[in-house]
Amino acid sequence: MTGIYFDNNATTRVDPAVVEAMLPYFTEQFGNPSSMHSFGNKVGLAIKKARMQVQELLGAEHDSEIIFTSCGTESDSTAILSALKAQPERKEIITTTVEHPAILTLCAWLEKDGYKVHYLKVDGKGRLDLDEYKKLLGDQTAVVSVMWANNETGTFFPVVEMAELANAAGAMFHTDAVQAVGKVPLNLKDTKIDMLSVSGHKLHAPKGVGVLYLKRGVRFRPLLRGGHQERGRRAGTENTTSIVGLGKAAEMAMEAMAFENTEVARLRDKLEAGILAKVPRSFVTGNPDDRLPNTSNIAFEFIEGEAILLLLNKFGIAASSGSACTSGSLEPSHVMRAMGIPYTAAHGTVRFSLSRYSTEAEVDRVIAVVPEIIAQLRKLSPYWDGDGPAAEPEKAFAPTYA
Amino acid sequence: MWDYSDKVKEHFFQPRNAGVLEGANGVGDVGSISCGDALRLMLKVEPETDIILDAHFQTFGCGSAIASSSALTEMIKGKTLDEALKVSNQDIADYLDGLPPEKMHCSVMGREALQAAVANYRGEEWSDDHEEGALVCKCFAIDAVMIEDTIRANDLSSVQDVTNYTKAGGGCSSCHEGIEEILVKVMAERGESFKPGTPSKEEAKPAGMTNLQRIRKIEAVLESVRPQLKRDGGDIELLDVDGKTIYVSMTGACAGCQMEALTLQGIQQKLMEELKEFIKIVPTKAGALSRASCHV
Ligand code: FES
Repeated sequence: MTGIYFDNNATTRVDPAVVEAMLPYFTEQFGNPSSMHSFGNKVGLAIKKARMQVQELLGAEHDSEIIFTSCGTESDSTAILSALKAQPERKEIITTTVEHPAILTLCAWLEKDGYKVHYLKVDGKGRLDLDEYKKLLGDQTAVVSVMWANNETGTFFPVVEMAELANAAGAMFHTDAVQAVGKVPLNLKDTKIDMLSVSGHKLHAPKGVGVLYLKRGVRFRPLLRGGHQERGRRAGTENTTSIVGLGKAAEMAMEAMAFENTEVARLRDKLEAGILAKVPRSFVTGNPDDRLPNTSNIAFEFIEGEAILLLLNKFGIAASSGSACTSGSLEPSHVMRAMGIPYTAAHGTVRFSLSRYSTEAEVDRVIAVVPEIIAQLRKLSPYWDGDGPAAEPEKAFAPTYA
Repeated sequence: MWDYSDKVKEHFFQPRNAGVLEGANGVGDVGSISCGDALRLMLKVEPETDIILDAHFQTFGCGSAIASSSALTEMIKGKTLDEALKVSNQDIADYLDGLPPEKMHCSVMGREALQAAVANYRGEEWSDDHEEGALVCKCFAIDAVMIEDTIRANDLSSVQDVTNYTKAGGGCSSCHEGIEEILVKVMAERGESFKPGTPSKEEAKPAGMTNLQRIRKIEAVLESVRPQLKRDGGDIELLDVDGKTIYVSMTGACAGCQMEALTLQGIQQKLMEELKEFIKIVPTKAGALSRASCHV
């Protein structure tokens, strides 16, 4: 075994079949799709095919609703900035406290420009309060941006319903669906979702390619202006090889959809149950009843996540953590804090995210290794005493300037 | 993933002196649970000699926090308390062959735990004035609190000022937006607004020298080049000094010739070295005009 990769929400391996589909477009079919010769023409056809493959995966009504971009972040920025530009009389944005930085950092920046941003809170399981949402929606709302599934916990938000509500209020609705696309069956034509972001590398396509789904008729103001690529909605020469790869990956995700939701979910459940059974003072974060099939986020109390990851890495196991240290910030994950997870647990959260390539043997190995690692680190922890937490851990250790 | 040295990894994977120390007579608990790093340092000190016989730690924290704790215990064992207190956070980082900038605070925490444990042994109260902010400048590991405090204490109003006082911003410059944001905030507190392009304090008023001293230095430099100029049949005279602009007149064979520019450049360089600041040397109008005619 060459390492166990349980960090598929961060990025995924490019499927070999995807690579194979891409290869001819580096050397043989290298033309510019805009060119008036046969070198370009064939590439143009390949992009058309990819567009239809993505359309199929998203359940979009028209292939012209698919705009290829460079990544999920570009799609997010394009969507929100377009909504604001297209409706200058509306000055408010509604989003959630647990969005990805691609949304939160942009919103913080827009606040400086005078926009009002409302951040919907979540409860202990990471769920939104739709009554709060309904109250905030109004004729000042330019755009609502709510993620389809949370990247850390996998928890779903009711975006289809929320899009209906936004639509009724005359606001645009955008969803960052980079974690959901390929794992959740989508049928955008039957929804009121106006814009949706996709990231290729989350579904076994290469990095550096994404999609903005833009429902026909939704007013749009491009971010990148220049040539007529993507019908003038995203100027810049197409990343043809990656677009072809994303098309192929979309087709494969479509075929694997059932597998993701049965077999991958089964392995995830086994992993989670196995760890929880063997490690005391650990618990699942988010909403286990309504989440992505591949994601499990477990909090290990009284120890810190980066230390856990370093030891896992020593055993060839890759995962990620919501600890402050892994990101170089001063606070643990904003998602964990938003759910009210105490610091002593929030720093010790570890996200395991599987893929359709994960195996039973890998799951068994992780279940075998994790309890040892946790025990080893707890031995070093001032909150821990022998086999369990110190009596009243918060009192047993109360450092200065805590 | 962090770029940890082998030494850090080694101390993380095989921490020395971990766990409770029975019979400890000096204990220091420091750190911040919200930041995810906290440490208990336990010392066993021999009362007659003040020598640290043994040191143990327990740490809630990341790889480098654990490694720093482990290193610290190794470094202070066998030292007297006074010797041990000389260990700086940089010493801890050096012992580990360096720490990434984001992780330097781990070594600071080790140093503070030591102070707290010694204070506890001596029956003193240890209080900490340390406050940590978000890392702003990665090149020099400078955080927001440090930048804010420095701007406040010195009435700074430009990014260049901040760089001169804290080093922040003096490397790759990617943190300039962040520094500007802090300037906007702190300057607003004192009722000013941040204006990009404001000259730095250094430019506005060179520190450490009175005007008179400065002019004497300038004269001395000019004096030192005068013999050379005279040999070429020319001379130079100081006319005025206005901030960082130094006005001179060139006479004789030097004035107006193409060599003038070169000569002036050399003198300017010399002046900058002597004054340790940026200055501009400007020949008087007459010189400039005659130079123009030179080029016709
Ligand atoms: S990050 Fe501040 S100069 Fe590089």
